[in-house]
Amino acid sequence: MNNSSDVNDANQKATQEINNAENSNLQHVDKLEFSNNTFKKMLQSIIFTIFRCSAAVNGFALLIVVYFMTSNGLKAITWTFLTQPPTDSMTKGGILPCIVGTVCLSLGAILIAFPIGVASAIYLNEYATPGKMLRIIRLGINNLAGVPSVVFGLFGLAFFVVWMDMGVSILAGALTLAAMSLPVIIGSTEEALRAVPDTYREASLGLGATKWQTIFRVVLPAAMPGILTGGILGISRAAGETAPIMFTAAVFYTPYLPSSPFDEIMALPYHIYVLATAGTEIEATRHLQYGTAIVLIALVLGMNLAAIIYRAKLRRKMS
Amino acid sequence: MSNDKIIKMSSKNLNFYYGAFHALHDISLEMYKKQVTALIGPSGCGKSTFLRCLNRMNDLIPISRVEGQILLDNDDIYEPKVDVVLLRRRIGMVFQKPNPFPKTIFENVAYGMRVNGIKNRTVIENRVESSLKQGALWEEVKDRLHESALGLSGGQQQRLCIARALAIDPEVMLMDEPASALDPIATQKIEELIRQLKESFTIVIVTHNMQQAARVSDMTAFFYMGKLIEFNQTDTLFTRPELKQTEDYITGRFG
Repeated sequence: MNNSSDVNDANQKATQEINNAENSNLQHVDKLEFSNNTFKKMLQSIIFTIFRCSAAVNGFALLIVVYFMTSNGLKAITWTFLTQPPTDSMTKGGILPCIVGTVCLSLGAILIAFPIGVASAIYLNEYATPGKMLRIIRLGINNLAGVPSVVFGLFGLAFFVVWMDMGVSILAGALTLAAMSLPVIIGSTEEALRAVPDTYREASLGLGATKWQTIFRVVLPAAMPGILTGGILGISRAAGETAPIMFTAAVFYTPYLPSSPFDEIMALPYHIYVLATAGTEIEATRHLQYGTAIVLIALVLGMNLAAIIYRAKLRRKMS
Repeated sequence: MSNDKIIKMSSKNLNFYYGAFHALHDISLEMYKKQVTALIGPSGCGKSTFLRCLNRMNDLIPISRVEGQILLDNDDIYEPKVDVVLLRRRIGMVFQKPNPFPKTIFENVAYGMRVNGIKNRTVIENRVESSLKQGALWEEVKDRLHESALGLSGGQQQRLCIARALAIDPEVMLMDEPASALDPIATQKIEELIRQLKESFTIVIVTHNMQQAARVSDMTAFFYMGKLIEFNQTDTLFTRPELKQTEDYITGRFG
């Protein structure tokens, strides 16, 4: 009995000691956590401030660009500017041929790149069996996205203009721009297709739809808003590019509007480049350069806006 | 077996592999016409895999392989000459999670007819209405047929999916845990619906819920580790199981 009570006592003591130790440990941990917390909070606020500044810089940069352009170029924008060809060695008159040219090039590039890009993405995502071949094709597409635009310009010159004998023309320029925006369109279309839940595909196949019917009637409509986003991004980028059209579509000066896809044209980005670097009076035409830039940005934003409105409409229809 | 039971579908020595994994072992099972066959068993026992073999939905998995036979009215559905698309028109399927298309209620039900080449408006309209009535959803949606199906509640969506499957007049309906994502009241409605549907269709249902199997099915098959352990009339299987393993599962001792 004695023995056992001794053991009990000893046990109790031991337990108490452990408890004490735990308590002090706990307090220690508490303090540690407390100090940690202040540190964490500080760190957090510092990091968030950095993030906030980054976001602000971006927004601010856009504001500055827009302000700079409007303050310098707004006075150039008149009815004549928008509806007449340039006159007096491009120091006066308007930029109508450039507007028409850029619209033709962008629309042409959309019409070519969108179907091909979407078709490729459908093949890659819905039909192709995963394997070496597919990986090689994907690698190719991803690398294509990293090719500088001037390289596309040279490719267009060598392939479309010279080898395929299209000459410097809207067609050659649109094809070059299309080639440049293909990787963007393919990438975002694939992403949009992957985001369509497999349960839609299963439901459709389970109702006796063929694979093609499933893709065309269920998967594509569900992915369309995402696909359009990619299309917008690809084309907006293409519309503002100078290098790819420099050798393939755009000319220094032409007073005429194009009458066929094989005509050469003026284009807004190239016109800005010409006025700012090679015009007869670079300083005197500054306001024309800024005015042209405003028109280019408005055009791109306009195209984006149209696509965004259409996309919102699709989304509303679906939910 | 009593004589009034006609075999609608059956599997004969069915083996199924996901790559190297042997998922189904020698399953031989008969599903009777206008009866409900329930497949029960713990997760991963192969009951859903078996169900998806019945309309060849597993064909979608590239590394899968099937051995043995599945007969639909005595024709092997895995014969090379069989058109999978036509097969799936005869065997409808309802999935675990309600999966209406992001289209209107009307278009969801009409979808099966449209992909089957039916273009006549009145035919489609009549069939949409009758299917929704069969799916016990008509009264709730008749005034909003042209609104999005995604606005319906989960239970309504599942009944819409059932109506959608009914619209192409299948012979067999496969249901993969059709009520597992639904609340008790919605579940009750689905079960009531299943009891009505078996007047016209052969139904195979996978369920986790043993009370549900007992309530709605005529025959029950107990799967475990990719094998068919026991198959019998539902009341016999639940009251006098032949095997210890079955008894342990249905009494909740494992699974």
